[in-house]
Amino acid sequence: MDFLVDNFGSILFYVVAAITVATAVGVVTFRNPVHSAVSLLLTFLMVAVLFIMSHAEFLAAVQVLVYAGGIMVLYLFVIMLVRITDLGPGTVFLSGLAPLAVLGGVVLGCLIAIGILLGSMAAGDGSAAAMTAIDGEAIGNTEAVGWLLYMKFLVPFEVVSVVLLVAMIGAIVFGRRDAALAGAGEEVEP
Amino acid sequence: MIGATHYVALSLILLCIGLVGVMVRRNFITVLMSLELMFNAVNLNLIAFSFRLGDLTGQVLAIFVITIAAAEAAIGLGLIIALVRLKDTVALDEADEMGG
Amino acid sequence: MKLYDLIWLIPILPLLGAIFNGLVSNRLGLSKSVTNAVALLGSGLAWLLGWAAIVQWILELGIHHTHVVRLFSWIQGGSLRILDGSLAEIDIAASFQLDAVSALMVFFVTFVGFLIHVYSIGYMHDESDRAYARYFSYLNLFMFSMLVLVLGSNLAVLFVGWEGVGLCSYLLIGFYFEKDWCAAAGMKAFIVNRIGDWGFLLAIFATFMVFGTLEFTEFFPAAAAHPEHYASAATVIGLLLFVGAIGKSAQIPLYVWLPDAMAGPTPVSALIHAATMVTAGVYMVVRCNVIYRLSPTAMLVVAIVGGLTAIFAATIGLVQNDIKKVLAYSTVSQLGYMFLGAGVGAFVAAIFHVLTHAYFKACLFLGSGSVIHACGGEQDIRKMGGLRKYMPTTYWTFLVATLAISGIPIFAGFFSKDEILFKAFEAGASDLNHFGSTYYALWILGMVGAVLTAFYMFRLVFMTFHGEFRGGEEAEHHLHESPWTMTMPLVVLGVLSIFGGLVGVPGKLFGHPEWNLVERFLEPILLPIGHAAEGGHDLSHHAVSLGLEWGLVLASVAVAGFGIWLAYRFYMGAEAFVRPRRLAERFPLAYKLLLNKYWMDEIYDATVIAGTVNGSRILWEFDARVVDGAVNGTALTTVGSSFMSGIFDLRVVDGAVNLIGTSYDVASRWFRKLQVGFAQGYAMVMVFGAAILLAVYYLFKLN
Repeated sequence: MDFLVDNFGSILFYVVAAITVATAVGVVTFRNPVHSAVSLLLTFLMVAVLFIMSHAEFLAAVQVLVYAGGIMVLYLFVIMLVRITDLGPGTVFLSGLAPLAVLGGVVLGCLIAIGILLGSMAAGDGSAAAMTAIDGEAIGNTEAVGWLLYMKFLVPFEVVSVVLLVAMIGAIVFGRRDAALAGAGEEVEP
Repeated sequence: MIGATHYVALSLILLCIGLVGVMVRRNFITVLMSLELMFNAVNLNLIAFSFRLGDLTGQVLAIFVITIAAAEAAIGLGLIIALVRLKDTVALDEADEMGG
Repeated sequence: MKLYDLIWLIPILPLLGAIFNGLVSNRLGLSKSVTNAVALLGSGLAWLLGWAAIVQWILELGIHHTHVVRLFSWIQGGSLRILDGSLAEIDIAASFQLDAVSALMVFFVTFVGFLIHVYSIGYMHDESDRAYARYFSYLNLFMFSMLVLVLGSNLAVLFVGWEGVGLCSYLLIGFYFEKDWCAAAGMKAFIVNRIGDWGFLLAIFATFMVFGTLEFTEFFPAAAAHPEHYASAATVIGLLLFVGAIGKSAQIPLYVWLPDAMAGPTPVSALIHAATMVTAGVYMVVRCNVIYRLSPTAMLVVAIVGGLTAIFAATIGLVQNDIKKVLAYSTVSQLGYMFLGAGVGAFVAAIFHVLTHAYFKACLFLGSGSVIHACGGEQDIRKMGGLRKYMPTTYWTFLVATLAISGIPIFAGFFSKDEILFKAFEAGASDLNHFGSTYYALWILGMVGAVLTAFYMFRLVFMTFHGEFRGGEEAEHHLHESPWTMTMPLVVLGVLSIFGGLVGVPGKLFGHPEWNLVERFLEPILLPIGHAAEGGHDLSHHAVSLGLEWGLVLASVAVAGFGIWLAYRFYMGAEAFVRPRRLAERFPLAYKLLLNKYWMDEIYDATVIAGTVNGSRILWEFDARVVDGAVNGTALTTVGSSFMSGIFDLRVVDGAVNLIGTSYDVASRWFRKLQVGFAQGYAMVMVFGAAILLAVYYLFKLN
């Protein structure tokens, strides 16, 4: 019992990490895209937990709201919209590519791991206090993030807004009924 | 104890899984979902460093990433619709009009 | 212009005749009359001019004056350092000289030559016009060469004549060149001569190296003035000159060409191989008497070779059955006598014998030609006999000449041969150069040779002209005397054979040495040597007493008489041929040996000829295999390498050019594969690229 209490943080982390990895593998592996979508949803939730563990409460909320609530819903809408039987009796994975891709991924992963190991970052605790303070004033994480967002990072904030606008326009353009034939320049009745 | 290194390692694992998924899956939708996974890995990395270094900039960046990921998801799904309308399939290996 | 200044014209006149007959009469086929006229003019004018020039020279300049006529500078070279260290200028002139010995030679060469030209008109009558013209052209050319030889004032001009007579000998021996054996005989003569000429050339080089000059008037006095200084050089030069003489004058071992030379027309045999060419060697030795007198060794060698040849050839002549072959071996034998004379210091006697031999040997050959002509080409004396009745002129002249050659008194040959034998004896008695016993032995050989000479010559006379004709009835009907063109020279020569020797009567026997005209005439050529000499004729007068001298004369007559008597016993009368046949049966081996001329030609064939031919074959093999192989190999290599070059050009060069094009093709094909339009492929490439970049970065960072 003491062990559990003493190391609750570590145990929690490992458990959450394991679930995250498992669901991530599930995303990549499931045949049915719906299953992949659900798996992805779980991954998002786990990541949100990890965010909370890192004292990024605001971001955890944003993750759940935007990713889990918005993007996944969107994916599920599209999956339902598109007749998934199109995939046919073909394979899930591209046949020739799988081993090579895994290899590539592993190699890249190892290389990056080497980089991390060589890095001068010493293991150590983060400071929870810093996560909630601006200029030493403890105001809570959300306020702190908000303050930074609208003060220091205003211009990027505005730019990202424009990007969202552009994306919205693009999505509409893509979604038009005659979008597929738009390249041909034919007039199609909407 | 759990330090930044653990988070970074986890983020790396998630990145690799997502990378493999992008490269390997035949279904375009799944590919996009693997892509989202990669975004999450990046976010995890950013948050881990932000915590470790005590700088909130990491979290701000993570917000931007989430925003852009949303935008990209929208575009991607629009692409799927277009592809389905054109080729009547979501299999990527059949989308090789531009191939030599 | 004095006639003796025109001595250069004496050879030129026959030369012009030769050129005309050879290039015009021969080519255009002019009639025989034209050819005759030109040829006779050529030799006749030379004869007349020669005699006239000699007479004028004797009368105006005297026999002691050597008259040199220098025409032009012939060979001009740079300077050569000669043996005594001084620098000698090579300046050989084309010049002629008239002195005692050359005058004597010109005297009989032109005269006998002219007579033989006349004789040839009759003898060659049956030839075609062109062959006739060719013959006379060669004959005139020979006269030219011989006269150049005897009139030359230096060794080089002499050598020109020397080679010229060799050439003409070849041309004339091989006159009937359509017959293989005639052509072969001509070649044999020339080649054997050449061997002698090699020695002569070396002698010329040696003379130049020792004396720095080739002019007789220059180096003879020089040699005579310093006898000890030049003694060893004189030996070398003398021996080398004698090698030339051995070839030209048919001594052992280079005599083998002379019997074969009988393949030529008979007048040719008479002129060249009896009277003139073969005596050139003797002339040369006598001309260079100064050199020989300086070298006792050389003189001894000359004497020994001469003596051995004399007897060797005489033995062969004993049993020959071809009339011309007998005369040929007789010539070789007589030449041996001449060299024997020269070798014992009797240079005057040697030249005197040349003169008398010219008369009687020419007469004998021309006579034999007449006989052959009458017998329709038959030359075997076993098929002749009793020709005395049918051709009296020929018979009497032949007999007279035979008496001369046998050495019967007052006939020409007696005086000269007797002089030689006497001098040989005297050389023995006075122990000349300390070789006295050798000279005695040579005298004995000479005496034996005289017996043999008389014997075989009279054998010839008896078998040919006496007894019964053995040639068959058919031939007997054709027997006739020859035309006047042939008999006239015979008569002239016959008369000379009788009285020609009287110019050399040994007056000393009667206490009047001045009666020996020849000796007085030729005295100037025997230059006095340094201090009072051995090898001269100074000592000689005291060695043999007058009584002994008379005894020797009678002895030589006796041996000649014995030879004639023996021949009479063997070949005349009722028991003719019985004794020789019995003798041959009793000594079959000896008979065979002599009949086959000691198998000398066969021995030469097996040794020298075979050796040369095999040596040539080896060299030919080397040339054909190795040298030609190398050359062919080079050719093959060239062909091969150019082939390779072509291939190279085709494959490699063109290939390289094509390669560039192909590489573009391949590269573009490969690059095209990159653009598959397959997005995930791009993604993978990106991953790998990133991996590589990271790896490279780490490597750099680690270093």
